[in-house]
Amino acid sequence: MTTAAEARQKAPLWVRWLLPKDAPLYQRNDAVIGWLMAAPALVILTVFLIIPFFMAFFWSFTNQRLISPNPTEWVGLRNFGRLLNVQVFNLEPERDTAGHIVYDDGAIAYPRLRNFTRNNPDYPHLDGLREFTSWQSGENRTVILVGDVVFLRALINTLIFAAVIAPLQGGLALLLALLLNQALPFINVFRSVYFAPVVVSMVVVALLWRFIYDGQNGLLNTILGMLSFGSFQPVDWLGNPYTALPAMIAMSAWQAVGFHMVIWLAGLQTIPASLYEAAGLDGAGAWQKFRYVTWPGLRNTAVLVLIVITIQAMGLFVQVDVMTRGGPLDATQSVVFQAVQRGYDKQDIAEGSAISVLLFIIVFVIAMVQRYITRERE
Amino acid sequence: MRSMSFENQQRLLIGLRYALLILIAMIFIFPIVFMVVSSLKPDMQLLRDSGSLRAFLPVGDISLDNYADAFERVPMLQFFFNSVFTTVVSVAVALWLNSMAAFSFAFLQWRGKALVLSLIIATFIVPFEVIAIPLLMVVNNLPWLGSEGIEIGWLNSYHVQIIPFIADSLGIFLFYQYFRDLPDELVEAARIDGASIWQIYTRIIMPIAGPILATVAILKFLGMWNAYIWPLMTIRSEELRPIMVGLQYFFQLNTAWGEIMAYLSVVTIPVLLFYLALQRAFIESIATSGIKG
Repeated sequence: MTTAAEARQKAPLWVRWLLPKDAPLYQRNDAVIGWLMAAPALVILTVFLIIPFFMAFFWSFTNQRLISPNPTEWVGLRNFGRLLNVQVFNLEPERDTAGHIVYDDGAIAYPRLRNFTRNNPDYPHLDGLREFTSWQSGENRTVILVGDVVFLRALINTLIFAAVIAPLQGGLALLLALLLNQALPFINVFRSVYFAPVVVSMVVVALLWRFIYDGQNGLLNTILGMLSFGSFQPVDWLGNPYTALPAMIAMSAWQAVGFHMVIWLAGLQTIPASLYEAAGLDGAGAWQKFRYVTWPGLRNTAVLVLIVITIQAMGLFVQVDVMTRGGPLDATQSVVFQAVQRGYDKQDIAEGSAISVLLFIIVFVIAMVQRYITRERE
Repeated sequence: MRSMSFENQQRLLIGLRYALLILIAMIFIFPIVFMVVSSLKPDMQLLRDSGSLRAFLPVGDISLDNYADAFERVPMLQFFFNSVFTTVVSVAVALWLNSMAAFSFAFLQWRGKALVLSLIIATFIVPFEVIAIPLLMVVNNLPWLGSEGIEIGWLNSYHVQIIPFIADSLGIFLFYQYFRDLPDELVEAARIDGASIWQIYTRIIMPIAGPILATVAILKFLGMWNAYIWPLMTIRSEELRPIMVGLQYFFQLNTAWGEIMAYLSVVTIPVLLFYLALQRAFIESIATSGIKG
């Protein structure tokens, strides 16, 4: 008498590969057909998602270009080293032969930075760096030198964008959700209206808001002027380095707040009405009900909403591409915009890949933080 | 002072609530109203009106001239066709491939299934922006059977806009979740009746998958119709450009605002009409996609 295990041993190789160990042999058709049905989608995902993902890591260690006559070379961590190189340098004042500080028009004179950053054998670690920012400290100037000024600017902008928009958009979405979480007539009409911008393409929204933010004929200036009875001075919102990024944040929140409002609403609906009734019997007011019933019930939703907004914010691209192309004065550069500029416009796949890998590491850390916070609660 | 009765107080509160709801609704709806209204006005009037509330009213010299001019300036019909074509093909094929894979995960036993499924879920955290640049390199080196034999490189084609997106892990997962919650007896009864696996998929499971088909279709539709970064990188020639990238013609054109608004309206109104017709399905499917994590 043959056992199942023996029958399995005698079966052809493909059966042994595809059939689960504990499945009876007669299910071998299932295994083959199951594999075949999943295969087309799996092939697509492998070629267009998994391979590019791993290749990004590989190319980030090379000097790969989109089209190049030269063979690809392994360059180790050079791409990352350049992108992330930050050095603090103390620039000492120029002194005359007697050792006195030289003044130029009443200001302390300093040697030129390029004396240190261009082929100076005494300062090999500063070679090729550029000034990011500097400030006065005593008689010296402290200079922050970086390998890639624009990328660092982009990274900081993107982090600011994410750090501001997550609480702002998440909080506004919660307020809208609380406002809508009532059985009143027409409440669904309002929900649909608040949600409408979500289905409109960000390209359209960004182009439309360029007109709203316009310095001369912009609607925002008009409305602010009317509300202040003409005392408001018009601002070129996207042309001013101080207002460009905040303007972008406000517009992005306007477009996507409905999305997270719906997620909050789903969370609110999981809180049983009996809890509110009990709190009401205990004499709790509206704020106390929110603080002790609503908010504890929304904890995981809160983490989810904040993380989703943060991860979406890290991908900031369309707004920059349509509205400012990174300007004015790099005030709206973003990580993805830089990845596309280098990987596509300059066809430098290696550097674009290195930026993509850094972006992935940031997103991965954020996602892990979410896992950690929500797991502890369970 | 006479204090208000409880009933009147409640009424006032509800009234205030509606006032607030309407005020907020205006913030969301006015930019869209402004877009459509402005598309009907000549540039001079558009600029003049933006200094007052007339900006939101279809008054003055109203016509469809901007639409005619915009259609003349750019090959909008071509762009529109390209977007419709790539979107329709992607949605149709994605529904098929994703549901078929999910059917296999939910109902059939094969080795390595659990591993593959967890791998698919793991890819959720990879944003498209991360793989866009390496993907550009990958498609630039893929072969394609063209009219002149085998060619290398997919750039500048319809298939580069479609094929990378005809399967996606979220779509597979949404179908899988739906199928997993269906009663097992459904499949077992059909098997006892002698139905083949393919018949079970096409005749039993797919006909009752309506809600999830709608969800995946809507997500795919929005993703494809609004596609920007990928076609921006892969498409050079005008004949193949989708409608969102076609908008680039107007980026530097700060004088022809009326035409820009006309183009924006043409791009947006189909989506908004779609949304108005299927509000509940849209909102639910997008909420599902947000809760995936």
